[in-house]
Amino acid sequence: MNVVMLGASKGIGRAVARLLAERGDRLCLLGRDVDDLRRSAADLGVRAGTDGAGVAVATCDLTDPDTFGPALDAAATALGRVDTVIVTAADFATQADLEADRDRLRRLLTVNFANTVLFCEDARKKLLGAGGTLCVVSSVAGERGRKPVILYGATKAGLSRYLEGLDHKFRSQGLKVVCVKPGFVKTGMTAGLKPPPFAGDAPDVARDIVKAIDRGTPVIYTPRMWALVMFVIRLLPRAVMRRIGF
Amino acid sequence: MSSEPGSAGHDDARVAGWGGVSVPGREVRSEDLERLTRDAVLTRGLARSYGDSSLPPPSHPVVAGSVLADRLLSFDAETGRLRAEAGYSLHDLYRTFLPRGWFTPVSPGTQFVTLGGMVAADVHGKNHHVKGSIGGHVRELKIRVGTGDVVTCSRESWPDLFRATIGGMGLTGHILEVELTLERIPTPWIVGIKRRISGIDEFLAELKNDAAEWPFTMGWIDCLSRGRHMGRGVLMAGRWATPAEAPKRFPRHLPRITVPFQCPEWVMGHTMGRLFNAVYYRAHGRHVRPSVLHPEPFFYPLDVLRQWNRLYGTRGFTQHQCVLPDTAGSGAVRGLVELLTRQGGASFLCVIKDCGPEGEGLLSFPRRGTSIALDMPIRENTQAMVDALNEFVVNVGGRVYLAKDAFTRADHYRRMEPRLAEFEAIRRRWDPDRRLKSAQSVRLLGDQP
Repeated sequence: MNVVMLGASKGIGRAVARLLAERGDRLCLLGRDVDDLRRSAADLGVRAGTDGAGVAVATCDLTDPDTFGPALDAAATALGRVDTVIVTAADFATQADLEADRDRLRRLLTVNFANTVLFCEDARKKLLGAGGTLCVVSSVAGERGRKPVILYGATKAGLSRYLEGLDHKFRSQGLKVVCVKPGFVKTGMTAGLKPPPFAGDAPDVARDIVKAIDRGTPVIYTPRMWALVMFVIRLLPRAVMRRIGF
Repeated sequence: MSSEPGSAGHDDARVAGWGGVSVPGREVRSEDLERLTRDAVLTRGLARSYGDSSLPPPSHPVVAGSVLADRLLSFDAETGRLRAEAGYSLHDLYRTFLPRGWFTPVSPGTQFVTLGGMVAADVHGKNHHVKGSIGGHVRELKIRVGTGDVVTCSRESWPDLFRATIGGMGLTGHILEVELTLERIPTPWIVGIKRRISGIDEFLAELKNDAAEWPFTMGWIDCLSRGRHMGRGVLMAGRWATPAEAPKRFPRHLPRITVPFQCPEWVMGHTMGRLFNAVYYRAHGRHVRPSVLHPEPFFYPLDVLRQWNRLYGTRGFTQHQCVLPDTAGSGAVRGLVELLTRQGGASFLCVIKDCGPEGEGLLSFPRRGTSIALDMPIRENTQAMVDALNEFVVNVGGRVYLAKDAFTRADHYRRMEPRLAEFEAIRRRWDPDRRLKSAQSVRLLGDQP
């Protein structure tokens, strides 16, 4: 299949791109730093055994919605038909840092919610009008209001709701929406944090994501254990949530 | 991807090597290794060095981790030339390149190592007697040196830095990218032979005989048996299988078992050691025919058990690996094994390997002679044990492998390593303020803590 990816040069996105490239999918990588994208394209090309052929790159900055249109046009030109759009890019900072720095908070709120939704809207209209799959990485952090991830979690809660709505409205028209809710995954984004129990690795999470894309699963939790963890968390009464630190 | 409570407090955090010896500190990781290393004093890969080589010094208790910088940058299918970021792992290389008929010309005993780590330790493998260590197959390195500059070095450009970095334990700079030449292999399968050998003298003779015939050789010695059985063990030899010999299918990936927790000390204690060694010895015949073997357990027998270091319990373990030069005669090897058995079963596992000529790396471990590696659980007498072994090694002109070491004294190391002065001179040239250091360099090279 032909896939456009935003965020493929790092973390979960990197692992997903590798699986897709290795099985012969054609990719167009979108991102801020073209040199870095080219290095990722080279990596995918060598892994796929194609020496870089079959992996295109185009500039796209999630902090600047004006770049979305040209980037998606470039992707359409590079790939022709587009089957799948995958968004793994996101911003992250700890709750303490976000509370302490208003500008930092504004950037995270804008990037993770407003701009991600804008990008999905543009991609849906430009590339997936005739059907296809839109896969976006949200987070288990949006499932409940939790003390350690109030602000980051709020952006992911909004994003998850948006994706849910898209699925309800457009599934019958051929657009499959896949909302991925990873638990803690050991990537560069979480490198400064102490991994909790059931922390996942990017390659394992990527396998779950690719499977969900192939099947068109609307919502997945990965690693799987987090479905159970979040099931319990969702059941906890407010009085308990006020007391625990999780 | 939520952050979790308690994540901010790193005050009690410790960072450990594979043997479990730890120091206060933590590891930071990023896909952008070039940026990550700007303020770092040491970089580690998958932290498979046994001792303190990948542990930070007390003054700067943070070590940069390269594992997220794992991209392949180019591969030439004509020449086998591969360039990758330093965190690219041998495990990944095995998965990607073995099916295509390419493999690393030199493989250490585990696949859970990064290219950067392989270069820093100048790793060797079962084929050292024919292929040397990995440094000989490296073409170019991109390094952030102690001044902060990023330098590309090779045999042609900055050869002093290149030679010092191979086997330099990360002390000459942070390795950012590695270019090396892979080897074409006829099939991914091995044809090999495992047979038992009844004593140390026969072992040394057979190792030499097999080296002439087989590119991969190594032996396991039972260090608990005394008398006429002293130094008995199992000798393994192998080569890549030809297309006519090998199965048509690719060797499937083996299931892995994880050791779930730190085991009690008796698990790797004397009784279990005797039992294991006796059973393993008897499981092999004296006269056997070569057979087709799966490459994974052949190269990486211990990788089947993930986290096998937990078998040694909370106190951990160390390995004493030394090479005794041929010039010291076969009596030297016999002497070391005698010393060991006299100490009474200090070691559960003992691996023996004949080495080829010394490579280019300035502090590189292997040299023509016999390498002996002993895994020892850490006990009250471990320091004394290592001291006794090192006294012996110094006297016969041998040296120890820094990637395994946690107990060697600076005085012993200096006496083993006449190349140290040249290494330190190159280090001074590229890192005049001596910014780069490790817990090991503080212990052995006299760096400021």
